[in-house]
Amino acid sequence: MPLTQTLEEQAAFEIEEFLEAEQKKDLLRFSTAGSVDDGKSTMIGRLLYDSRNVYEDHVRSVTRTTGGGTASSSIDFALLTDGLRAEREQGITIDVAYRFFSTARRKFIIADTPGHEQYTRNMATGASTADLAIILVDARKGILTQSRRHAYIAALLGIPRVVAAINKMDLVDYSEEIFRQLSSDFATLAARVGLRSVEAIPISALEGDNVVHRSKRMPWYTGPSLLEHLENVELASTRADAPFRMPVQRVIRPDQNFRGFAGQIAAGTIHPGDRIVALPSGRTSRVASIVTFDGNLDSASAPVSITITLNDELDISRGDLIAAIDSPPAVANHFEASVVWLHAQPLALNRRYLLKHASHIVPARVRSVQHRIDMETLDPMPATTLDLNGIGIIEVETDRPILADLYEQSRATGSFILIDPASNATVGAGMIRQVLAKAVSHDQMPRIVLAGLELAAQLEQRLLDLEYPVVRTRVQDHGVWRALHEAGVVTLVEVEGPAQVVSRELVPEPATDASVDALLAALGIDQPKERA
Amino acid sequence: MASAALAEAPAQTQTAPLSHLKQLEAESIHIFREVASEFEKPVMLYSIGKDSSVMLRLAQKAFYPGPIPFPLMHVDTGFKFREMLEFRDSYTRELGLDLRVWRNEAAIADGANPIKLGTQRCCGLLKTQALLDGLRHYGFDAAFGGARRDEEKSRAKERIYSFRDRAGQWDPKAQRPELWNVYNSRIGPGESIRVFPLSNWTELDIWHYIHLEKIPIVPLYFAKERKMLVRGDSLIPLEQPFVKGLPGEEQMVRCRLRSLGCSPCTGAIRSDADTLPKIIAELVSFRSSERANRVIDHDQDGSMEIKKREGYF
Repeated sequence: MPLTQTLEEQAAFEIEEFLEAEQKKDLLRFSTAGSVDDGKSTMIGRLLYDSRNVYEDHVRSVTRTTGGGTASSSIDFALLTDGLRAEREQGITIDVAYRFFSTARRKFIIADTPGHEQYTRNMATGASTADLAIILVDARKGILTQSRRHAYIAALLGIPRVVAAINKMDLVDYSEEIFRQLSSDFATLAARVGLRSVEAIPISALEGDNVVHRSKRMPWYTGPSLLEHLENVELASTRADAPFRMPVQRVIRPDQNFRGFAGQIAAGTIHPGDRIVALPSGRTSRVASIVTFDGNLDSASAPVSITITLNDELDISRGDLIAAIDSPPAVANHFEASVVWLHAQPLALNRRYLLKHASHIVPARVRSVQHRIDMETLDPMPATTLDLNGIGIIEVETDRPILADLYEQSRATGSFILIDPASNATVGAGMIRQVLAKAVSHDQMPRIVLAGLELAAQLEQRLLDLEYPVVRTRVQDHGVWRALHEAGVVTLVEVEGPAQVVSRELVPEPATDASVDALLAALGIDQPKERA
Repeated sequence: MASAALAEAPAQTQTAPLSHLKQLEAESIHIFREVASEFEKPVMLYSIGKDSSVMLRLAQKAFYPGPIPFPLMHVDTGFKFREMLEFRDSYTRELGLDLRVWRNEAAIADGANPIKLGTQRCCGLLKTQALLDGLRHYGFDAAFGGARRDEEKSRAKERIYSFRDRAGQWDPKAQRPELWNVYNSRIGPGESIRVFPLSNWTELDIWHYIHLEKIPIVPLYFAKERKMLVRGDSLIPLEQPFVKGLPGEEQMVRCRLRSLGCSPCTGAIRSDADTLPKIIAELVSFRSSERANRVIDHDQDGSMEIKKREGYF
């Protein structure tokens, strides 16, 4: 807890004043990356301990574990932040751990991540929600591969601000020259990977220099301590000024008189009366009201969760997106993205994955890998796949369009995950870089079959199992067929008589083999091999 | 761009930067809506404590003006405080909620208690086993829990969507990466997800929110004179017949509970905090964490992690 108080002070404690100040605090989420030797755990432990955010029973427990007697005190700061049993046994930090502390000005959430290459995915996870990243540099060793990797990931995941904490200054005699050299090296690296806002701070986590308190041993450094910087750094609040975006999570309809669209504002600000467009339908309306449990609002900005009612009855459902009418996102089924591969099973081209973007899940395929990044050199390398912890650029095609923003413009509507439908594992994390020309289904073949009722039902069931969008109809109109084809759905036309497959010219032709499997194959629909 | 002033309405203007509590609220509401929309049979694990009270309020907010679209389940060990059960029944009735109570009746009939079995086995039977049986009985595929990452070391690494296998068990090495707020809700038959919408809240945030939102909580959190078994620094509530003091150990003490569990295993603290501001003032001056009064977490090093692996929240 942030304050230590004697009993007398406590008696005089103005709690209402405290709560008012509490209420005004904002929230900074930052990530740290580093490995055992960097002193990252020591730095976090020191940050928490010196800012009085550690409970006595926790301090007692780490003092007991070490039995006392490390270099400078009986408290092992690293153990204050060490987590799972397996990690303790191996002496390494494997997973992302979240920690919380606060000061008089601000609340902080730390996403504490391991630094080795085999934990790239954990670093990316921690970075995905961070406003700021602290990258540790060992003053004795300078910028190593590891620092480069951390800087690259911070830039890739779009973290607005970065601090280079030049640590272990005590082991280089608090040398100004070394600090200046490393700051300059880091600035070069930042420019290369595309980090815009970088601050370098010389610290000794072990001795406590410039972590919370300014160091007297580095009079040549006149900047803020690490904590002072964290407390004062301006939060990038561009989301409120950006064009409005709200993925619809749920339609709230308690009775016939109320129909509200619930979601968390991903970007921008909305008011009653604002004109909006619902996507992908493209229908427009005006906001009638912004409804919350605490009363209607006359304005709401990202990242608030709200419910919107509209002036017109539009058919909107989960997965749709409500956007500002003057700058909506692209309706896209073909785009280029950066991806971090998260799974031991490598990326497979043209295999069916599920892509979750905002509140929408669609089947998707990776059509190509343009290159992967060599994490030693940060150079692009030719590749046809990505392995666990691999980072690269891919071309993705989805069965139905998504409402895509570029990640650099909107983190919330420019990001997606890939799920393996066979194992349900989260296998990839993607960031949209560029929307490509609309892909008509990859073989240019309309997915339209004419079939009897029973066969149509079987096909429908199988397609739904495979999570393809399916429409059943009796309409035999080329205009309707073309529209359904372009919408990316599989169309089953109920007819009397033998099955027929519709050709590129939208002409029905008798199927050579009318089994379900053969018909699906004729439509170019892959059936996963793992299907039992 | 003020929209037509709207002077008459009690509408509020909300501008960036948002306070941390409003950010946490928005994040939690988003999680509730995702789960309710993507799972077939979600349930809220309702423990009657302060965190459950906050969860309940956030769920009300998430689906307003509609009702909460899932039931609540309380795992009753038979050792919950009388005041907790009274609060549970009256509050859920008042809000019109669908409450399911699940007990491991076989173990309770067998006379399971922490003195006879030790706390590990007692918790295993009355909490973990009962929870898993209850989830299986109703076929719930997602269960909201009120755990927070600031509570305990192994919880610091918990995901918001925590995957559990068919046996309801947690494998810390097999958790799915969780990026941004894009959650993977895909599960196979018999598998489930535990969902922690309060992951990023701290104990102080919880109390502050209860205060601001005027959320009802069990009276045991407030200090008053209570009859206690006083042994060393410990204050043990005298609710169960098998909790018996030696001569002179039973005393009237002004005290309160900092977290609510089973009465034999939840110690009280001496306190004068009989209002929310006083509780918060006390909390800010505390030098030990809230679970320090839970006997069960200290049984062995890493005991919370072991319980979680077995299926505990």
